Amino acid sequence: MNPPVIDIHDLCFSYSGKEVLHEINLSVNKKDFIAVIGPNGGGKTTLLKLVLGLLKPTRGNILLNGKPLGSNNATIGYVPQQINHNLSFPATALDIVLMGKYRPEKRFAFTSSKQDRRDAIDALEQIGIADFAHRKITDLSGGQRQRILIARALVNKPELLVLDEPTANIDTKGQEDFYNLLQSLNKTQTIFMVSHDLLSISSYAKSIACINKRLYCHQSFSSSQELLNAFYACSALEMVSTPQVNIPEYSNG
Amino acid sequence: MVDALHFEFMRNAVMAGVLASVICGVIGTLIVVNRLVFLSGGIAHSAYGGVGLAFFLGLPYMVGAVGFSFLAAMLMASVSIKSKQRADTIIGVIWAMGMASGVLLLDITPGYNVDLMSYLFGSILSVPGSELITMAIIGGLILLTILYYFQDLLIMSYDEEFALVRGVPVKRLYYLLIGIVAVTVVMVVQVVGLILVIALLTIPPYISEKYTKSLFQMMMLSCLLGTLFTVGGLWASYVFDLTSGAAIIFCAGIAFFLSLIIDRFVTLWRKKMMARAHQEELYATEKQNK
Repeated sequence: MNPPVIDIHDLCFSYSGKEVLHEINLSVNKKDFIAVIGPNGGGKTTLLKLVLGLLKPTRGNILLNGKPLGSNNATIGYVPQQINHNLSFPATALDIVLMGKYRPEKRFAFTSSKQDRRDAIDALEQIGIADFAHRKITDLSGGQRQRILIARALVNKPELLVLDEPTANIDTKGQEDFYNLLQSLNKTQTIFMVSHDLLSISSYAKSIACINKRLYCHQSFSSSQELLNAFYACSALEMVSTPQVNIPEYSNG
Repeated sequence: MVDALHFEFMRNAVMAGVLASVICGVIGTLIVVNRLVFLSGGIAHSAYGGVGLAFFLGLPYMVGAVGFSFLAAMLMASVSIKSKQRADTIIGVIWAMGMASGVLLLDITPGYNVDLMSYLFGSILSVPGSELITMAIIGGLILLTILYYFQDLLIMSYDEEFALVRGVPVKRLYYLLIGIVAVTVVMVVQVVGLILVIALLTIPPYISEKYTKSLFQMMMLSCLLGTLFTVGGLWASYVFDLTSGAAIIFCAGIAFFLSLIIDRFVTLWRKKMMARAHQEELYATEKQNK
């Protein structure tokens, strides 16, 4: 049997003396669509950054396809949350997608190879925005920019797609299109997504992981109803085990 | 202007201006897209501490200023990486401290006091030929370094986090970029002075950004605009007998506001055209319905 795409063992992570993640064990199989949910400050984004290799675990390890992180950057496609940063940057949609083709040994490079350009156009076509390839990013809508960032992640044909709250900045219609797109990508790619959008998760994700310092549950489901039920059970568990409202302590005087 | 070029100092001034413009076009572009304008201002002003140090120790200007600014720049770089939230405050402090230490060092230097104005507003008309050669060599090295790391800088400038994920050595590049900014600033200070260097670094890239489609094009257009501004400013200063540094910046400033006004008209015109197209569409459907 193939090793799982992501394999997390006894992962702990502390940041300035505070434990953010405790003993996380999680494995994500090929073609899974896992949604990571949990309260704010529960460590979802930290887990995502650990999987991306942006943070180093305090203890434990993460394997990608059975190999340690860092040796296989190209197998991860990362789609960040922020789609509106650096808007006036002078670049066309195609340029942004080509950034995904970065190779560390490439020096004195101003133009991209024909093969890279073809791959970038292919990625834009796959996402359905090839028409905008030569438009400046300033002139595009939020939803279109989001798609460009997905195309940038897809241009290397990664096995794993990592998304950080991808729908935080797009409207309802855009969100529906976006999830349909993810579902079609899921036929070939494994998807690891951090999200707050419970409704969409219930109809699109194949499994969920509830994170609040610990991993509370990780289940796979065959129908969305089953997932929804489990989800409510899970969030109830979360609420019982961690107080949602922190009452500040006031000192006398 | 042509007869002015018979004077050697004028030829040197034009060459120094063009050199500074080209370097500013490339580095200024990176400063603007990486939002390092305030940090560059800090470096420019702390360069004055380097001027003081150079006079105090009897070193050449370049050695003192480059050394001092470089150290200040590295300090600012490490602060802006570690505590992003308050980086501007700390940069402001280093900015003021650098300036103050320059004044104090000049105070305790025995002998005559240097002309402060020439460092504040530049002395492009008195750039000697030997300095030109140093400028050309350092400028060439800077440009080569930027071109060498072009792809990395491009990705980092657009999206630092993505760059990290793809394995771009972001931290090293950031220090490198700020070090290069320090050297650039010290060099350009000679031409337009430390108060005005920020204008030459930021105005051409700001204008270019709106009319270009890639970072490389932006750099090229910035170089061209910068050259126009410096040569235009020099011409004005020769014809009307004005301070050259201030004249150069005034040229750039006028172009800056012109570009803002033109943009305004372009958007208004676009809106008008949109409204007209919409109106015509309405008439067309009305006619069809009849």
